[in-house]
Amino acid sequence: MSRSIPITVTVNTTEYSRSVEARLLLSDFLRHDLELTGTHVGCEHGVCGACTVLLDGAPVRSCLLFAVQANGREVMTVEGLSTGPNPEQMHPLQTGFWDAHGLQCGYCTPGILMSIVPFLEENPDPSEQEIREALSGNLCRCTGYQKIVEAVQVGARLMRETAK
Amino acid sequence: MKPAAFDYFAPKNIEEALALLGEHGYDAKPLAGGQSLVPTMNFRLAQPTVLVDLNGIDELFFIRESGDGLRIGAMTRQRAVERSPLVQRRAPLIHETMPHIAHPQIRNRGTFGGSLAHADPASELPALAVTLDARLRVQSSRGERWVAARDFYLDLFATDMQPDELLVEIAIPDLPARTGWAFDEVARRHGDYAMAGAAATVTLAEDGTIAAARLVYLSVGDFPTQAVQAEALLTGEQPTAALIRAAAETAAAQDIDPGSDIHASADYRRHLAKVLAGRVLARAVERAKMTADDRR
Ligand code: FES
Ligand code: FES
Repeated sequence: MSRSIPITVTVNTTEYSRSVEARLLLSDFLRHDLELTGTHVGCEHGVCGACTVLLDGAPVRSCLLFAVQANGREVMTVEGLSTGPNPEQMHPLQTGFWDAHGLQCGYCTPGILMSIVPFLEENPDPSEQEIREALSGNLCRCTGYQKIVEAVQVGARLMRETAK
Repeated sequence: MKPAAFDYFAPKNIEEALALLGEHGYDAKPLAGGQSLVPTMNFRLAQPTVLVDLNGIDELFFIRESGDGLRIGAMTRQRAVERSPLVQRRAPLIHETMPHIAHPQIRNRGTFGGSLAHADPASELPALAVTLDARLRVQSSRGERWVAARDFYLDLFATDMQPDELLVEIAIPDLPARTGWAFDEVARRHGDYAMAGAAATVTLAEDGTIAAARLVYLSVGDFPTQAVQAEALLTGEQPTAALIRAAAETAAAQDIDPGSDIHASADYRRHLAKVLAGRVLARAVERAKMTADDRR
């Protein structure tokens, strides 16, 4: 019944080949098999958004996908955002969160970053209302969202500046 | 929680998928976007022993024009429908409604046909399908048939489909001339399931009276609820504010029998139903007048 299925998935530009059970969720594959624990699991039923990753560039809930469904596809996790371990190598949106205090415990942050990076790439100068709508699929138990909205505004500005 | 073990198949075409569904019957579940199925599997509310993943079947992904409207492949992502200029032009009611469905992260995976076949009474697309007189093409290895959306929904999460059947394509007819449309819903937060929602189309006759009206609710019953008494009240009359108010009251009082749950009481749902009907009917009439003016 639980036979293993061989899969090859590209995560943050590195190709990984593993054998997995069909029922293994993509979120658990990333965290347990690949030890990429930046992707967080809050609810495991698609409500909180903490597990959001990019699948072929589009944000999706990794707790609602089976790892076998990522076979042959490209996944990007929060680990793929920065270019290195130092603060100045962070993605401009991460710098925005740093500067504007966009996180407290940080549990929701990876999912928010992975939702907002593609949002800002499409809509580089969003209104506050648009930002709030873009955040509506991600729950945060700490911040009350105000600081997150500000962090996205700072991040958007930094992204626009680096794009120049 | 984690899903129970299952056998996984990823067929490459419809024929293979139908053979698998035919062979495994009630034990098998087709996996479309998985945005409803996977959570229920994670909770072990659903424990299919065979999963037939439709995501590799290219022939189920399409949006194209037909002589009398649009054809949408069942696996077309909701996000693709939302962004399609064809849908915006030929099925503006669908275009207007798509952003109300959950969140972009969900719509990137969720599919048009998956939502229709799942038949969640709180979801938007089944109500739209009934409003627009959509027809659904259902296939099995025994053959194929077309089902009208209004005959498709039988009960809570229950449709007219057999376990070996697959929804493959949806036909959305063009709106008649001088027709306006509108959708609205009330949810606690943007993207949450609505406590109540309503879709309407109104067609005006040459003399400005209402030739036909359609009003369909979601989230106030076990499946999309058509407000037939309100529709009858509107038909043949001048679309005045007083008439719309009377129709909204009739719809909320007589056409629906909402239940209470943790999200909203039955009384509150009735209240929402009245307010929403007033809004969507008024907006549909406005738009019908505009298209009538355009054509002059
Ligand atoms: S863990 Fe995936 S949405 Fe909450
Ligand atoms: S910072 Fe703690 S959940 Fe968002």
